[in-house]
Amino acid sequence: MSARTIDPERTPLGSPLHYAILAVLALVCLLPMVLMGITSLKTETQIFNTRWSWLFVPTLANYQAVVQEGNIDRYLLNSLKISLAATLLTLMLGTMCAYAMARFRFLGREPLSYATLILRTLPPAVLAVPVYVIWSAWGISDTLSGVVLVYVALNLPFTIWLLYGFIEQVPVELEEAAAIDGCGPFQVFYKVVLPLLKPGLAAASIFTFRLAWNEFILSFILTNRVTRTLPASISNYITDTGVEWGKITAAGVLIALPPLIFTFVAAKQIITGLTAGAVKG
Amino acid sequence: MHVSIPSARLARLTPYVYIAPAVLVMLAGLVLPIADALRLSFYDWPMGTDWDSARWAGLEAFGEMLRSPQVWTSMGVTLAFVLIAVSCEMVLGVALALFLEQPVRGMRAFRTVFVLPMMIAPICVGLIWRYMFDANFGPVNQFMGFLGLAPQAWLADHRLAFAAMVVTDIWQWTPFVFIMVLAALQGMDHSIVEAARIDGANWWQQIVRVKLPVIKPILIVTLLMRMIDGFRGLEVIYVMTFGGPGQSTELFSLHIYKAAFVSQKLGYSAALSILLLAVVTVLSLAVLMMANPLKGERR
Repeated sequence: MSARTIDPERTPLGSPLHYAILAVLALVCLLPMVLMGITSLKTETQIFNTRWSWLFVPTLANYQAVVQEGNIDRYLLNSLKISLAATLLTLMLGTMCAYAMARFRFLGREPLSYATLILRTLPPAVLAVPVYVIWSAWGISDTLSGVVLVYVALNLPFTIWLLYGFIEQVPVELEEAAAIDGCGPFQVFYKVVLPLLKPGLAAASIFTFRLAWNEFILSFILTNRVTRTLPASISNYITDTGVEWGKITAAGVLIALPPLIFTFVAAKQIITGLTAGAVKG
Repeated sequence: MHVSIPSARLARLTPYVYIAPAVLVMLAGLVLPIADALRLSFYDWPMGTDWDSARWAGLEAFGEMLRSPQVWTSMGVTLAFVLIAVSCEMVLGVALALFLEQPVRGMRAFRTVFVLPMMIAPICVGLIWRYMFDANFGPVNQFMGFLGLAPQAWLADHRLAFAAMVVTDIWQWTPFVFIMVLAALQGMDHSIVEAARIDGANWWQQIVRVKLPVIKPILIVTLLMRMIDGFRGLEVIYVMTFGGPGQSTELFSLHIYKAAFVSQKLGYSAALSILLLAVVTVLSLAVLMMANPLKGERR
């Protein structure tokens, strides 16, 4: 759905009340995250001080600690590898599948599309036990590729659904014209369809990366000390005696940072992905 | 040009070649695990033992599940959570969208900020709010003190911990409702509203009689998507309270996790998974009936 495109110059300024409400809402959204960020720069004694203070000398000691003792650089690398591999594979397989569903009439197309839509809402908790059992039997538990496989599978239904909508909007005549001009099927796809899919691919890649980067429970179950991802390493800082707040908030900031940056860079694509499917006339 | 039979057969195979990799991955990563969960639910299999020691138990696990008070407590907590949190999110999100519907300069920047809570990792959300609600140094209690109210041990009290979980979900997901409804309102045909206005409909009538009915399908899909997420939710609460105190914040997904990895009863947790799967499938079938992307072309 494309909202009426509005020329920024012509968009009217809202009333002061309008902006006041928006500002309060933005503050409510941001403040908890900002407080966590600030806490990660405090020493343990400052954190446990019962009075919150804005005035303190920021320290990077917590970040140093999680890197040196916590092996966080290794987990960061694992997270990056897994997220990038999962995103790339999901996009490739998802595009191929969505293209076939939008452009061909074949036996099994409808069951496939319904299955895809239902699988989209599968709760990760349902997968936890059987995936753990099967992956162990296949010998891919505790490996990075095992985690990638389950993330690709989890992301495919949404990606196919999203891209299907985009491919459908590409006029078939464009492809036919290219074919008449002598393009092979692969060239038609590569030169005509793919460029028009860019917004959809961007939205799909952000959401795939987000899930792979943020996911905790399956990674926690399917990895060991060596293959652990960043979110799964968080549990190291929650012990029976309490939470190591300095270190855990530092690790939390490192986990939150990439999605935050993505959001600022590609807010438009994110909105596309969020509202896709539902807001579709 | 003459079409040879092999190439026609090839053409018929083309779509299957395109869908095969995706279908295989979804079969291996989603369908096979579901089938395996169903199979496991008929066995009594303690974690860490060999499959040989698993005992065929028939429907025992399902019987145990239906008799277990913990299961019903967790289901009750989940239903209450979904009911309260999702209603608050819908009311707040729709009200804000109606109030802020008019496109104004700078809205794009605000919308970006509103998306942030749902983009960061759920475990970060859990972490943030565990910190916010901390009894000793949490900002929530400091704010209460500022207002002259007594500090509370938020996450140690049954009812307060439940409330804290609801507040966290509202913080994270009200923006989603807001953005969905805003997109729907800005995408609707404004001549209808204009016509109603000319016919003398006041502000309230325009909303209740025109705008809400027009965007009703999107409202229902948004509602169902939030409900499904309520049943799927696990990670925020895993970090924030791990279901405690007692079972007061033990959402059903977390209950399944605990049955498998704390109580180590794999077969039993598989039976619980089947129950959750049934609930979520019914809800997503309802979404499909409301917003089927294939429905346009089938007419």
